[in-house]
Amino acid sequence: MTQKTEISLGDVASRAAEAENEIRTERMSLNVGPSHPTTHGVLRLLMELDGDTITKCEPVIGYLHRGDEKIAENMTYNQFVPFTDRLDYLAPLANNVAYAIAVERLADITIPERCQALRVLICELARISSHLLGIGVFGMDAGAWTPFMYTFTEREKLYDLFEKLTGARFTTSYTRIGGVARDVPEGWLGEVKQFCNELPKTLEDVSNLLTRNRIFFDRTQGIGTISKEDALAYGLTGANLRASGIDLDLRKDKPYSGYEQYDFDVPVGTSGDCYDRYVVRTEEIYQSLRICHQVIDKFPSGPWYAEDAKKIYAPTKGKILTSMEELIQNFMIVTEGPQIPEGEVYFEAENPKGALGFFVVSKGGGVPYRLKIRAPSFCSLSILEKLAPGHMMTDITVILGSLDFVMGECDR
Amino acid sequence: MESIQDLLSNYEFLAERASADCPSVLCPAEKYLEFAADLRDKHGYDMLVDLTAIDWEHELPRFIVVAHLLSTTKHCYLRVSVNCEDDNSPEIPSLATLYPAADWHERECYDMFGIKFSGHPDLKRILMWEDYPYYPLRKEFPLAGIETPLPAADIADVTGVEAEPAPMMGGPFVAPPQGVVSESEPRAKDESWTEIDPKPTKRGTP
Repeated sequence: MTQKTEISLGDVASRAAEAENEIRTERMSLNVGPSHPTTHGVLRLLMELDGDTITKCEPVIGYLHRGDEKIAENMTYNQFVPFTDRLDYLAPLANNVAYAIAVERLADITIPERCQALRVLICELARISSHLLGIGVFGMDAGAWTPFMYTFTEREKLYDLFEKLTGARFTTSYTRIGGVARDVPEGWLGEVKQFCNELPKTLEDVSNLLTRNRIFFDRTQGIGTISKEDALAYGLTGANLRASGIDLDLRKDKPYSGYEQYDFDVPVGTSGDCYDRYVVRTEEIYQSLRICHQVIDKFPSGPWYAEDAKKIYAPTKGKILTSMEELIQNFMIVTEGPQIPEGEVYFEAENPKGALGFFVVSKGGGVPYRLKIRAPSFCSLSILEKLAPGHMMTDITVILGSLDFVMGECDR
Repeated sequence: MESIQDLLSNYEFLAERASADCPSVLCPAEKYLEFAADLRDKHGYDMLVDLTAIDWEHELPRFIVVAHLLSTTKHCYLRVSVNCEDDNSPEIPSLATLYPAADWHERECYDMFGIKFSGHPDLKRILMWEDYPYYPLRKEFPLAGIETPLPAADIADVTGVEAEPAPMMGGPFVAPPQGVVSESEPRAKDESWTEIDPKPTKRGTP
């Protein structure tokens, strides 16, 4: 005798609903970092996941806190220059310049044209170097290895140029209050020119690999979208802000160091997603190259430090060895520090990562009373708590890569 | 661009502060939120770029909170300062509801100076760890630091291993320089100890 069992199949929708009940996703908490390859430094993320979806993400920072602001209160203005290298250590030259200009604003000294042009040039080279790394590792975060190799090769050439100019590849410490450490070496500008001519070829190769890549599209478009309002509210600056469609570039809008003389465009994104941030950075490299060409073509002659700032810029070695007065001057500046008048000044420079600000409070003398560093990476990371929820776990690497932050600057 | 005179005449409670660059105003704490909301909504200061504090040490009032606002359309900065009335437990209203950017800046300010921001959604330390007992950017805090147990007490409870503070200087990975370490590092000099007469620690004499 056969036994018959009735089974109900039901409709498609009810079966799907049943399956949904069967696959129970579990909420779990996940700790990423502080040492993790995708976090670009010692960043720790405390996440809550529902299956593969992030429901909560809390960034924990401070693992690289060295107390730079406390240190600054205890040393002379020039002694602090090496510490600025270690803020955004992917663009130390730009930090050096931003710090020097902030203090010079307080001292109210005029910087000669040659020095200003040189500072613009090194800022733009630092931007190219930082963006080359930014794009390279961003590709790597999204799964593309090759572009990283291309961009790193070019970055290496830049570091050779930095070494020829400053004597160091990484920790440049190139500016002084009132000028720079030394003049441009002979033939250096020609080498920079050559580099600027050759770079577009590599950029094209990288673009061919990434910009119209289907997989890259899928990983980056519509991911990590920051609206205009959020970008403003969270104080995002630099490429992250411009990718969201806000046209704010301090080089154009609050020109410093003679940026107003140069002709360049400010790339602005439309959707504010990871892809837009990548495109804006790529385009910024081309614009930086344009500025570099213009600086080199009309590189001014004349003094390369503020000669009339007697109590601020220490005389060069040749002068010390021949003149008693200048020997004393040098001794005073080295021991007491550059004499900066009393006052408060806030200066922001458009650095590769965003607006790097220095709030300098002086009570007179050679040591700042208070020095606050406004780090763009700090602000870029603060949006993560709002940005990450709703994304998949794998997207977090892409989002972090696209925000292009540096922990040395975030934690100070 | 609106001049500082317009602001001062429209808001009578404001006082002008000396500044070497952008306009700078001093706002009383009770009008702070109202004024900041006006700045954002009526005057176009749509971005809070920075918020910090200054410790004047011997001057009164001791703490002043300084915020920098930027108008992304008019491209001008404004410095808004607020004095903290109480020197022992400084407290001012939080801007975090107006400008989400203030959230982390205020946490840092609390972490470094011990200034409380009333109305902040989650005021806790940000750069130092939660149980850290000092406010490092206050002027009385020594540059050399103060030896503090690391936040491993919970782990120590489980493992039974004693959590020791990290050495202030030297340590197992640094070769001792010639002579006395505390003298070779003049900036980090902590007068309370030397190698010959060390601080009593759980580790015993180093």
